[in-house]
Amino acid sequence: MKMFKKVLVLTLALTMAIAFCGCGSDKAAEESTITVGIAQDIEDSLDPHHAAAAGTREVLFNIFEGLVKPNSNGELIPAIASEYSVDEEGKVYTFTLRDGVTFHNGEAVTVEDVKASIERNAGIGDGEALVAAFSNIESVDTPDDKTVVITLATPDTDFISNMTVAILSADHLDETATDPIGTGPYKYVSRSPQENIILEAYDGYWGEKAFIKNVEFKVVADPDTIVMNLESGAIDMFPRVTSVQASQLSDKFNVLEGTMNLVQAVYLNNDVEPLNDVRVRQALCYAVDKQEIMDFMADGKGTAIGSSMFPSFGKYYMEELNDVYTTDVDKAKELLEEAGYPNGFDLKITIPSNYEQHVQTGEVVKEQFAKIGVNVELELVEWNTWLSDVYSGRQYEATVVGVDASTLSARALLSRFVSDAGNNFINFKSEAYDEAYNKALASTDDAEQTKYYKECETILTNEAANVYIQDMSELIALNKAFTGYEFYPLYAQDISKIRPAD
Amino acid sequence: MIAILKKIASAIITIVVVSCLVFIAFSVIPGDPAVAKLGTQATPEKLEALRIKMGLNEPLLKRFVLWLSGIVRGDFSTSYSYSMSVNSLIAEKIPVTLILALYSLIIMIVISIPVAVFAARHKGDVIERTVTIINQVIMSIPPFFGGILISLVFGMTLKLFTPGAYVSYSKNLGAFLAYMFFPALALALPKAAMAVSLLYTSIVDELKKDYVRTAYSRGNSTKGVFYNHILKNACIPVITFLGMAIADMIAGSIVIEQVFSIPGLGRILLTSIQNRDYPVVEAIIVIIAALVILSNLLVDIMYRVIDPRVGRSNE
Repeated sequence: MKMFKKVLVLTLALTMAIAFCGCGSDKAAEESTITVGIAQDIEDSLDPHHAAAAGTREVLFNIFEGLVKPNSNGELIPAIASEYSVDEEGKVYTFTLRDGVTFHNGEAVTVEDVKASIERNAGIGDGEALVAAFSNIESVDTPDDKTVVITLATPDTDFISNMTVAILSADHLDETATDPIGTGPYKYVSRSPQENIILEAYDGYWGEKAFIKNVEFKVVADPDTIVMNLESGAIDMFPRVTSVQASQLSDKFNVLEGTMNLVQAVYLNNDVEPLNDVRVRQALCYAVDKQEIMDFMADGKGTAIGSSMFPSFGKYYMEELNDVYTTDVDKAKELLEEAGYPNGFDLKITIPSNYEQHVQTGEVVKEQFAKIGVNVELELVEWNTWLSDVYSGRQYEATVVGVDASTLSARALLSRFVSDAGNNFINFKSEAYDEAYNKALASTDDAEQTKYYKECETILTNEAANVYIQDMSELIALNKAFTGYEFYPLYAQDISKIRPAD
Repeated sequence: MIAILKKIASAIITIVVVSCLVFIAFSVIPGDPAVAKLGTQATPEKLEALRIKMGLNEPLLKRFVLWLSGIVRGDFSTSYSYSMSVNSLIAEKIPVTLILALYSLIIMIVISIPVAVFAARHKGDVIERTVTIINQVIMSIPPFFGGILISLVFGMTLKLFTPGAYVSYSKNLGAFLAYMFFPALALALPKAAMAVSLLYTSIVDELKKDYVRTAYSRGNSTKGVFYNHILKNACIPVITFLGMAIADMIAGSIVIEQVFSIPGLGRILLTSIQNRDYPVVEAIIVIIAALVILSNLLVDIMYRVIDPRVGRSNE
C-alpha cells in the first residue's frame, strides 16, 4: 500500500510539475515574431508555378517575386526587373534586371534563371504551358547578362500583368516543391504538415527589409478555435474572421476591414433548362436582395456588385451595373410567366460545404427565390466533389462560390466567359461577348481596351449570366501589438509590411 | 505459448486483410487526387499529365501490387499534397498520437484504481454514492465536449495552459508534455469513469466470495487481503476493458486533436481524405489498424500472465 501511494503521489506531482512549467516560456523573443493563423495548410504545392489555391498564393507571396509585383494600390511595380519597356505594338517586352537581387541561398539572380522560369511556365521544351496566357510566348532571349527580351506570338499590351510569375533558380526548379527558394522578403525555413510553415526575414533582400524576423503560419483547422487561439496569444493575426468572431474578440485586437477581392454570385449553368432562357436568369436577378444577404452574413458589410468585376480593379469596375436589377418581385414573376414558368420551377444549388459564407448566402437566396415561386434545394458537397462535378464536370444547375483573380488584369476575371474557354464552367455563350473580348485583346490603346472590357461586363449583366451578389468584406484580426497591415487587390498577406506597434 | 503464436499469426493476417480493404475502398469511392491538387487551375490536359505522374492511369491490380510490395519493404511512397515521403510524414506525426493515447491511458489508470478502491471501501455510505453520481456524469460526457470544457476552465479561466499553443515535441519536450496533459485528460476522463465503475463492481463481487471470508477468519490483516487477493482478482475484467480502451483512445485522439489543434495523425488523416491523398490515408489507416491489433495482442498476453487459467483451458 505504501509503495502504491508513493507511486501515485510521484506520478501526480510529476504531471503537475510538467503542466505548470512551460507555461510562461517563449515570451522573450516575442517582439520580432508573429504567428499568423491560416485556415488550411498548403496542400497543393510549395512550388509557386504549381500552386493553385488562393490560400497558397497568399503565403507564397512573401517568399517569391516576379519581374514585377503588385503593390497594395493594385499597380505593378518593378521587382526583380528594375525597369521594362514594351514596344508600340505590344509584342516585345524588354526587361532590365535589377542589380543586387539574390536568391535566398545567396546566389545572384541571372538572366538564365529568368529565362528558365518563364520558359517553364510557357511549356517551352516540355510542351504544356502551366499558365494559359504564357502559350502566347514565342521566345525568351537574353542578349546580355542584364537583359531579358520576351517576344509574343500575337501582340498583347496587357501581358505585363503575367510577369508577376515567380522567378526561380534555374538549377533548383525541380526541388522547389520541397525546398522553395525565391527572392522575396522572407525565406522558407521549414514546414510541418497540418501544423505550420515557418519563414524568416531574408537579410539579403534587395528592397525594404521586413520588420519582423520570424513568421509562423500556423494551421488553425477548426474555425471554432480561432477566437480562442487569438485570445490566448497562440496566434497574433487571422485573416478573414467572420463578423461573429470579430464581435467576440476583446480589445486586445484591431479588426481591419477590407474586401476579399472576389466575385460572389449564384453562378448559373447557362446550358440547362430553364436557365438557358435569359428571361429566367433575369427573373432570378430581380428576385435577389443583395443587401439582405450582406445583412445576414456580415452585419451589412460587403460591396454589392453587378458583374464579374470588383471595385479594387479601379478603372474596369462599373458601379452603374449594380442597379440594373434592383429587387423587384413582381417584375421577376412577370419575366417567369413570359418564359413559360408562371408557377416557378425547382432549382438545385450546389455549394461547397467548407465555405460557410457561401452556404449562408445560399440559405438567404433560397428564401428570396421562394418569393417568385422558384423552389430551391440546397445541396452541400465536399470541395473535391465540387471541383470535379461542378467546376470541371459542369454537371450542376446553380452554385454559390466566389471567383478571384490571379493577376491584376481584367482578363483574369473575364476570360472564362469566352464561349470556348476551358474554365467557362457556367457554359456562357455569347457572340457579342466573344467579339468584344477579342477586340479588347487586340487593342493596343489602353482607353480603347478598357472600353471593350467594360462592354464585356455590360453583356454579362444584361444577359444575366449569373446572379451577381457581392465582393465580400474581409475582416482581419490583428493583435494591437502589431501595426502596418496592408490590403492587396489580390490574394496576398504581405507580412513584410507589418511591424511591432510601439 | 502455441496459443500466443496463433494470436500473433492471426494479427498479421488481420493487418493484411485491412490493408487490402483500405486499398479497395479508396479505389472505389469517388474523387480524384489530380482534381484536388490542381483545383480551379485544372484543364483536361493538365489533369491527364498529373494522373500519369501520380501513376493513377495504371490498372488497379498493378497499383495494388506496387503498393503492397512497397509496404512490405516499409516504403509508403510519396504524399500527393506535401511532396514528401509518407514515411517521414508519419514518422513525424505518429509520436504525437501515440504519446496522447499512452498519456491518457496512464491518467486513466492513475485516476481509476484509487477512486474505485476508495469507493469500494466506503460501500454504502455517502462517499460511495457521491462517487457513483460523479462517475455517471463524467461517463456520459463525450471526449470532444469534455475537451471544450477543459479548454474553457483550465485554459481560458485558470490559464494553466494556452489553448491552441501546441508546441512540437521536437522543439520543446517539456512544453509539449505540458500541453498534451489536458487533451489526454479529456480523452481519459470518460474511460476512467467506466474503469472505476467496472473495477468497483468487480471489487464488491470479490468481497462477497468465500475465499475472502476465509482469509479474514484466519486472521489476515484487512489491508493484506484487500490488496494481495481482492484487488488482483478484481483487475482481471478491467484488463479486457483496457484493450478496448486503448483502441478507443487511438480512435478518440482523432477527435481530440481537432479540439486542441494538435497536428497529429488524426488531423493529417482527415485533411488527406479531403484531398484524396491516397498514399497518406492508406498508410495511416494501416498503421492505426496495426496499433489497435497490437494493443489487443498485448492485452491478450497480459491476460494469460495474470490469470493462468485462460491459457490452460485453451490448450
